Amino acid sequence: MARMATTRRVVVSTIGAWFFGFLIFFPILWMMLASFKTELEAFAIPPSFLFFHWTTENYATVQERSDYVHHAMNSIIIAGGSTLIALLIAIPAAWSMAFSPTKRTKDILLWMLSTKMMPPVGVLVPIYLIYKSFGLLDSRIGLVFILCLGNLPIVIWMLFTYFKEIPRDILEAARMDGATIGRELVYVLTPMAIPGLASTLLLNLILAWNEAFWTLNLSTSNAAPLTTFIASYSSPEGLFWAKLSAASTLAIAPILVLGWFSQKQLVRGLTFGAVK
Amino acid sequence: MATRQTQFLARSLLTPAVGLLFIWMIVPLALTIYFSTLHYSLLDPGSESFVGLENFRYFLTDPAFLASLQNTLVLVGSVLALTILLGIPLALLMDQPVIGRNFVRLMVIAPFFVMPTVSALVWKNLLMHPVSGLFAWLAALFGLTPIDWFNDVPLFAVILIVTWQWLPFATLILLTALQSLDEEQKEAAEMDGASAVSTFIYITLPHLARPITVVILIETIFLLTVFAEIFVTTGGGPGLQTTNIAFLIYSQALIQFDVGSASAGGLVAVVIANIVAFFLVRIVGRNLEA
Repeated sequence: MARMATTRRVVVSTIGAWFFGFLIFFPILWMMLASFKTELEAFAIPPSFLFFHWTTENYATVQERSDYVHHAMNSIIIAGGSTLIALLIAIPAAWSMAFSPTKRTKDILLWMLSTKMMPPVGVLVPIYLIYKSFGLLDSRIGLVFILCLGNLPIVIWMLFTYFKEIPRDILEAARMDGATIGRELVYVLTPMAIPGLASTLLLNLILAWNEAFWTLNLSTSNAAPLTTFIASYSSPEGLFWAKLSAASTLAIAPILVLGWFSQKQLVRGLTFGAVK
Repeated sequence: MATRQTQFLARSLLTPAVGLLFIWMIVPLALTIYFSTLHYSLLDPGSESFVGLENFRYFLTDPAFLASLQNTLVLVGSVLALTILLGIPLALLMDQPVIGRNFVRLMVIAPFFVMPTVSALVWKNLLMHPVSGLFAWLAALFGLTPIDWFNDVPLFAVILIVTWQWLPFATLILLTALQSLDEEQKEAAEMDGASAVSTFIYITLPHLARPITVVILIETIFLLTVFAEIFVTTGGGPGLQTTNIAFLIYSQALIQFDVGSASAGGLVAVVIANIVAFFLVRIVGRNLEA
């Protein structure tokens, strides 16, 4: 950047950006602090910001009373499983559209995108009834399946935009050397596609982890992931803020870390490549 | 050079994805259409009968529909306006030479990764509680009467929560777009004596037109179906004050067990979403050519 940055400008914009950044982050920080308070202190007015009796008992209580680990495992299985299956279906499809495009490829891509536009609530009734009759309500496999289908268009789109950027000359060269399509896929494309695959995987893990329409409607206890588990804190009144905060902190911490790693790809994935 | 064999392979690789998405789109939608023509209540099994468009008449003339349509529009419109009006200055600020910009970015993007049930409950209890919430304490500090958010201004409270969740998305996209803006163009304008304001109006804003459109369309898709935030905070109430279309359909289906009219409502939601989708698909499609 050739433009001269004056000291005053740097100071003002730094202070401003940090102030607003902190303001936006504050609810999360406040929740994390509350998770280390006793219930009484979490509820206290005036609130104590740092000088309270730090305790980790909420974390222990959350596990003891409500089997937190069970729900965390559900989240891992549902988010992980749906993402992996979506990748398995999407990789061949995106590969085929990126490298052997036909006249209809664009239409197919846009059609796939349009399936993502269908509001889940529009098909809530039939899905609920189908799940009920097949005994899939409150089952992990049922949630894996529905989240996989829900995210499939995004996975295909992201992979497609990444595959598009792999130089075609390399493929031609491999073909000249007599590589079959199978070998081409395994030895040439896959290594070059790893970064794109990784960010697709990350973004979809995040989306599936936080999905809160199907998980709330189709799971109650056995298969309930963390979204549903946290929602169960909405009913009891009274002294439960510290425990709610502890459970919430545990539920968002892993995804916050993953999210921070994938933020660059986030824009691209969520805008279907329209903004890079 | 695509041989016949490659073409065949390419097609067979594509088939599973296309087939699954096709089934996923067609089967539930067909069932929704079918159910929407039935009198079908889960509380009264075996009484299903064909009623034609009766469910649509019922759903569309239900006062709850108009109320929830209005709430949906207010919710979507307000969150869009807030995220863009706050997102532009925030993105401009973060595009400045800020010390520790990467860390600020992490703080700003964080709310987007928080699951909706967590954000809603943390806001409802820790921040917006009329007695022990942080906002109540702040209000008292300044000698103001604390607001009872979920009773006095329930829809606005939901709007605030959802805005907090989506502001990072708008900001991040606008920031990404700003960073791809040609610096030389801005420099040239400055050399020619253009003020910061006119540089913004004539160079930056036109450059942001497209990302803003993308933000509006994508947010709209998600905001039309805001559900968890309402589910855990207000349950649609008080009265119908925070019931949006998604929540109305949910309550008809899974609380009142009226499959027929919930299905009719579902189709109405699909039509509304499709109007938005039409424009989004066109914009993204234009980008595919480039």
